Amino acid sequence: MTEHQPVRVAQLSCGPEHSGVQKEIYDAAAMVNAEMFFPDVALADIKKAYEEFGLEAKSADLKLAIARAKALVDGAVDADAVFIATCFRCSEAAIVRNELRRYIHSNSTLPVVSYSFTERTTSGTLLTRMEALTTIARRRALLAREKQVGITLGIDSGSSTTKAVVMKDNEIIGTGWTPTTGVVESAESVVKSALEEAGLNISDIEAIGTTGYGRYLIGDKFKADLIQEELTVNSKGAVYLADKQHGEATVIDIGGMDNKAISVQDGIPGTFTMGGICAGASGRFLEMTAKRLGINITELGPLAMKGLSKNVPMNSYCIVFGTQSLVNALAEGHSKEDVAAAACRSVAEQVFEQQLQEVDIKEPVIMVGGTSLIEGLVNEMGRLLQTEIVVPPYSQYIGSVGSALLSSGFIGEK
Amino acid sequence: MSKVFIYPSTSLILSDMVERFGHEPLGVAIAIRERIQTPGLDSPPLQMTPEDPKKGLKYAAVEVPSGVRGRMALFGPLIEEAEAAIIINDADLAFGCMGCARTNELVKFSVRQRKDIPVLDIRYPSNEDEGLAFVQKIKEFLSGLPEKNDPGKKKGGKK
Repeated sequence: MTEHQPVRVAQLSCGPEHSGVQKEIYDAAAMVNAEMFFPDVALADIKKAYEEFGLEAKSADLKLAIARAKALVDGAVDADAVFIATCFRCSEAAIVRNELRRYIHSNSTLPVVSYSFTERTTSGTLLTRMEALTTIARRRALLAREKQVGITLGIDSGSSTTKAVVMKDNEIIGTGWTPTTGVVESAESVVKSALEEAGLNISDIEAIGTTGYGRYLIGDKFKADLIQEELTVNSKGAVYLADKQHGEATVIDIGGMDNKAISVQDGIPGTFTMGGICAGASGRFLEMTAKRLGINITELGPLAMKGLSKNVPMNSYCIVFGTQSLVNALAEGHSKEDVAAAACRSVAEQVFEQQLQEVDIKEPVIMVGGTSLIEGLVNEMGRLLQTEIVVPPYSQYIGSVGSALLSSGFIGEK
Repeated sequence: MSKVFIYPSTSLILSDMVERFGHEPLGVAIAIRERIQTPGLDSPPLQMTPEDPKKGLKYAAVEVPSGVRGRMALFGPLIEEAEAAIIINDADLAFGCMGCARTNELVKFSVRQRKDIPVLDIRYPSNEDEGLAFVQKIKEFLSGLPEKNDPGKKKGGKK
């Protein structure tokens, strides 16, 4: 498939047209040159398909979605990727959505993403997911790249922090990190630091890759060869750094604004989920906890490791209620150690309950991003998943490393 | 002539039967036509916008999925407008597809709550004999509906 060919994304859904968000789905697809379509099935096939599938859904639209999924798996309809969307809060749709995602993932090679929408879902919210779907379909060859070559620069413009790395011949030789303030200014600052550490000039760089929320802006600014969303970039970066490029893996990235959970096969994402209902399940809550405890965020992890999370009740789906629990716990005289541990457990539990149910957890589980440095959080996540979590070196630079690695694929093209 | 709400609301057969007996069917096609013909809206394929689920709040609580509320924005006003109603339970997919199971529960409940209008509440037939009886029941129901502005015929209760 060429870069200019539209990616055909099959839509399996119930409700988006009645929620008024179908246009948003079309808009997000158009932004990444994708074409949404509804797999064609005959009326007679619908009954047969959902009876064979064995899920007794009452909703006719969900029955239709099941029949369409079967048509995709049976090869009766051609598609490059699958987008499953149903109403947020519908329990029947949640069951069907999850089972269809699992069914397609197990029985085909199609990348699939599922999403539960409200009437307030916008194309901007859907863009990163749609971009990841099209990237996986379109750039399999690039994602198969296992070694970085030449001298490349990767910049990750995240919602909380901006990071950059310079890589040379498969080694990281320079890094830069700063909290995100102005998107371009922060990027310029981290690039300067990374180049200084590497002892190089910008003219020495052979290819540049950008990712994160500010990827388009800084991509333009630095004339990047690769501008790519963080789902595919982080998956690649994670398996590269953890040296798990072959076989299955799960990548968890608890970010400042949203979280990613990605099921990876040979470095290529199969299913993924992105989002989170509230900041209560994000790095932002831990940052706030550290502030309230009067410590630096880097001290939160070691402090949490000294505490007992079960001593403090704290499990809120909302950052405001989470903060209330935090304030109450301190007022009741709980130790800072226990409160820090409880905050880590709260975030881990929410990510586990809200997001990790939507991907198939396959070992090794690799945690990346700035929050992977908070050992209390990694510890709680490992406890929930009953597994030893892998935190690779440079895990906080994951987006930059993935960008630097993938952008080296463009060196030969210059 | 009475305005008759039909369920499944997408059923063309039922809509046609109501028309043949001189009444006005209130089906989803009417609600959709209104949206398609109203200028200024641009969300395909049903011309629904995020405003519709908000209008649907009149019929379904905010905790209810947005798709239910959007659908109720279509069906709710029709149920309010109805002077009679026909509910076909367990209808075949081919008879008229009503997408969302939760909306269907609410639509049928809302119709049954209209104690002031006659409602024919029957099961979809499973064989030819039941099919004949099914058509006969609908025919009788429609024939018995009051003519518009006909004071001679009183609106009945649930049949």
